[in-house]
Amino acid sequence: MGKKTVALLDKKAVDRTITRITHEILEKNKGYQDLCLIGIRTRGIYLAKRINDKIKAIEETALPLGILDITMYRDDIFKSKSPEVKKTDIPFDLNNMTIILIDDVMHTGRTTRAAIDAIMDLGRPKKIQLAVLVDRGGRELPVHPDYAGIFYNVSQEEEVLVRLREIDGKDEVIVVRT
Amino acid sequence: MKWNKKDLLGIRELSREEILLVLDSAESFKDISRREVKKVPTLRGKTVITLFYEPSTRTRTSFEIAAKRLSADTINISANTSSYVKGETLKDTAKNLESMRPDVIIIRHSMPGAPHMLSKIVDSSVINGGDGAHEHPTQALLDLFTMREKKNRIDGLNITIIGDIAHSRVARSNIFALRHFDTRITCSGPPTMIPPDLESLGVHVEYDMNKAVKDADVIMMLRIQKERGGVSYIPSIKEYSTIYGLKTEHLKKAKKDVVIMHPGPMNRGVEITDEVADGPYSVILDQVENGVAVRMAVLYLLTGREA
Repeated sequence: MGKKTVALLDKKAVDRTITRITHEILEKNKGYQDLCLIGIRTRGIYLAKRINDKIKAIEETALPLGILDITMYRDDIFKSKSPEVKKTDIPFDLNNMTIILIDDVMHTGRTTRAAIDAIMDLGRPKKIQLAVLVDRGGRELPVHPDYAGIFYNVSQEEEVLVRLREIDGKDEVIVVRT
Repeated sequence: MKWNKKDLLGIRELSREEILLVLDSAESFKDISRREVKKVPTLRGKTVITLFYEPSTRTRTSFEIAAKRLSADTINISANTSSYVKGETLKDTAKNLESMRPDVIIIRHSMPGAPHMLSKIVDSSVINGGDGAHEHPTQALLDLFTMREKKNRIDGLNITIIGDIAHSRVARSNIFALRHFDTRITCSGPPTMIPPDLESLGVHVEYDMNKAVKDADVIMMLRIQKERGGVSYIPSIKEYSTIYGLKTEHLKKAKKDVVIMHPGPMNRGVEITDEVADGPYSVILDQVENGVAVRMAVLYLLTGREA
């Protein structure tokens, strides 16, 4: 009732956007040397896997792939009941690696801050770069993505939703207006 | 699934879902203790007090390490160095501690129900670190975590608990926890150490230890509770050890991948021989390692409740 949705990216556009981000990552880093991918739970994991599939198609090599759960590093953790903690799984040494941190939506920057702190407790990477599918603006911390699929400045009455087929059944990015 | 309880007073109050939430959360916390940087900022700014009126090595240290790995500040109070020796009541001690605004108080006391009383007086979360012969909830949770880790399941397991069941808070809490799962629980020990109504908890009683260990997936040994008068229930320690001490030959009757558990402290040569305690089936030190992870999970879940 009274909710309007506007499509930002459909299935094909999601795929094209991920393809572009993949090429940008390889271009900026001049190849895949010492690169690894870390997806932030939940949707970042699937985006990371898809980027890795595309890198494999282009370079014939898959990158080390990790999963990061940032719950223990959140700054709003006790604003409500304890959120469920899930496993971080980074099965490789990230010292001196260039980490491509991958998330679905970039908003306040607080998730990114938490993710950087979590990674720093696991080792000393050479660089961390950030890739997101949607940058929705509204930053509260001085962090910015190195690779952004699309930029859409979300107003107060709007919410941006990323859906991925692995968990949501289909690929799309939509804006919901209340 | 969200955690709603202010306190962890006993396993009896927990649902199967709540038990599984603790175990699942503990999986994530276990990884932290195996990293080079064994600390996360999760409980930064929180204060945890351990208030122990009974001796403890494992439980107190385990809680302190758990709290510190979550970045909480910890203060340890033990009875013999506190105003308890000057005659202060538990109630007054609790109210005074509460004035210093701790977030969690972990209490061990010889009086059953002491944590429950404390929880009514203070706003802080209260964790029962063992109250008399009543309950020891975090021990049961770490025991279930260890069983699930070693056997990949809890449902379907045959668990045999041997020893001074009547005076064991570990046995009680384990029985309350395991009842939520499709397990077969067998208790064994001298008749004087088996409570008469034990079967009403859905537990099998088998006084013959050789029969009790048959087909067991897990054998949990308990020590004689000397501080609760345990020795007066048996003719002699030597006789007890002969009849109810776990020896290598017992293991042949159990499942071939049986695991041996003991909550500690062990009385070697009494309820367990050195060969079994230090042997390949023993997971006693895994229990200690898992204790830290489980207590991290409990501290995390209790602290995160809605104010």
